[in-house]
Amino acid sequence: MKISKYSGLLIALMLLAVPLAAQSNYLYSILIVIGLYTLLVHGLGILMGYAGQVSFGHAAFFGLGGYTAAILTTKFAWTPLPALLASVLLPGIVAAVIGRQTLKLRELYLALATLGFGILVHIIFNEGGELTGGPSGISGIPHLAIGGFTFNNDRDFYILVWVLLVILMTGIKNLIHSRTGRALCAIRESEYAAENAGIDCALLKLQAFIFSALLAGLAGGLYAFYVTFISPSPFSFHASVQFVLMAVIGGLGTFWGPLLGSMVVVALSEVLREVVPLIIPNAGGEYQIIIYGVILVVLMIYQPGGLSGIKRYFRRNPNNIINSSSE
Amino acid sequence: MKKVQRKSKGSVWIVLMIVLSLILGGCGNKGTSASSPSGKETYKIGAVIDISGNSSSLGVPERDTLLMMTEKINANGGINGHPIELMIMDNKSDETEAVLATKTLIEKGVLAILGASASGTSMAMLKTAQSEKIPMVSMAAASSIVEPVSERQWVFKTAQSDIVMINKIMEYLKKNNLTKIAFMYMNNAYGDNGKKAITAAVKDSGISVVDEEKFDAADKDMTPQLTKVKASGAQAVIVWAIPPSASILTKNYKDLGLSIPLIHSHGVGNQNFIDLAQGAADGVILPIGKLTVAAQVPDTDPQKKVLDSYIADYSKKYNTQPNSFGGYAYDALSLLVNAIEKAGADRSKIRDELEKTKGLTGISGVFNMSAQDHNGLKEDSSVLVQIKDGKWQLMK
Repeated sequence: MKISKYSGLLIALMLLAVPLAAQSNYLYSILIVIGLYTLLVHGLGILMGYAGQVSFGHAAFFGLGGYTAAILTTKFAWTPLPALLASVLLPGIVAAVIGRQTLKLRELYLALATLGFGILVHIIFNEGGELTGGPSGISGIPHLAIGGFTFNNDRDFYILVWVLLVILMTGIKNLIHSRTGRALCAIRESEYAAENAGIDCALLKLQAFIFSALLAGLAGGLYAFYVTFISPSPFSFHASVQFVLMAVIGGLGTFWGPLLGSMVVVALSEVLREVVPLIIPNAGGEYQIIIYGVILVVLMIYQPGGLSGIKRYFRRNPNNIINSSSE
Repeated sequence: MKKVQRKSKGSVWIVLMIVLSLILGGCGNKGTSASSPSGKETYKIGAVIDISGNSSSLGVPERDTLLMMTEKINANGGINGHPIELMIMDNKSDETEAVLATKTLIEKGVLAILGASASGTSMAMLKTAQSEKIPMVSMAAASSIVEPVSERQWVFKTAQSDIVMINKIMEYLKKNNLTKIAFMYMNNAYGDNGKKAITAAVKDSGISVVDEEKFDAADKDMTPQLTKVKASGAQAVIVWAIPPSASILTKNYKDLGLSIPLIHSHGVGNQNFIDLAQGAADGVILPIGKLTVAAQVPDTDPQKKVLDSYIADYSKKYNTQPNSFGGYAYDALSLLVNAIEKAGADRSKIRDELEKTKGLTGISGVFNMSAQDHNGLKEDSSVLVQIKDGKWQLMK
């Protein structure tokens, strides 16, 4: 128990240290992408895994964050740090405005409403004219600079993203073991029962929704500063589905799920790009997608609770297998 | 809930290890320098192409062309005796994947990178090429890929900029004394760039845009927009779109009985456009690279020989006619090979040589690069064609 208490920190250190030794910009950039997705999927995980509310519109918050950072720095000459703060806040405000209405909807209807919201925002990015650069997007976004230090290479940016992630995950760990975390779980299990137990479901769901939007905005803002170019295409409906996929693959309602989910989805796609051409020469992404799909289907059949549940294969006590498979 | 939390901790280590080793394994095979039979080291060239996803219709002929050319170059002894190894990565038409693919290629020690196929993916790759100081030759059209050159020293492109095509149309308008035009465009990056280029071109030219209409790529009927164009008193209509919407528009145009000249962009330069328009395409005028009408290009044209040999090679190998996208890839690799021939295996020297390219005859035109122009194509690279009886006809 003593060791596991610090295991999060240890893993964090290990992850930070290993790539530094490898000195590979490719590895850094993969880990940056994984880190950004994990930030976002953690928010989504709180919303879906704990509060039990599905969202197919998180690419919109991701994009709002990215576009806020891009527009403020390129069109209004803001410095990067305030722009990054704004790119966290704006999606939160948007979530607060739409959340009160949409969160009254349940299950499929909520999924549809968030889906509609995601498509709407995507259209705004495309039709924003001069402001959003239309379908051509915005280029020339400056590098992120905090107090004279510029994050203009992969290594520095990698450290920034993962330090933020460790801070965030520590916060989330505390959150899910607090009264609020238990209240969120209660909402997921049964809203009526939770309401009877004296939990303000509407408020708590709204808070979870806003929290996930803030994180998506942060990820989006960092993405804009990392790639320094932004266009509507990474924020389409497809991306929203991808985020939900990461959350589900990693395991809903688990602490490590978002990290595992993002890692597997990104790494699988990279590994397949290397491996598939060895088997089928000159094969393009279409073959990768087939294999990708097969792996996901197999995973969902044998590990429906997500990858975080995979530990049962490593346990000797058969009782645990029964317990965790009933999860 | 609590129970699952506690149990997951120990094994999380194992899963993390597995994933991490997968990632490390994915980029582990760097720094291997193979040698050729002649004993000279292999030159590695990377390509990031939109082979699957939205822009796959561009990426597939590009990949096929590059594979065909690599085979040919190596069969002829490579570059100065060095065989070349082409590493092609599919970015799945995704901007984030394009960045990752670029980084992995750099990690593998490529001398330069070709790609990407579309403007968005190329724009996303720019920063990496600039900061890692690696020459990049894009096959996409948007002029913002190479402009401003002061921020794009390492980036070149082979597709004609829209302004080159628009200027060709302007020549036609002036010759026929047409001063009032209507401009219709598709609501995406392609149409958007066309709009920007035409706005710049009509400035101080004596030609005015009397009506501007847009439509969606998925629209099934453009009659409302065309009705407005008809009422606007325009003397010619310029359309910036690709099939199928470009074909539907052309059909609507015929149905409405409009008789003013209909001018399309190079985006309709494939047989698909004519087929989908079901006979309505006759009379359409468009500017296009010479590849589509190669058979009608006079023998005196400097590009004639290159065009004929490319078409012959490509159709022999793939049993189909090449299109202009394959041509962009042909030019990208030709430019690079030419630069490596002079510079050797040095990224910075290759960049300098790319910039110094003069009079290189390719499929899309004759390239004359300079420190101010990283595309290097002028109006003489394209021709105006008119469609007659479902065939492309070179306009005199």
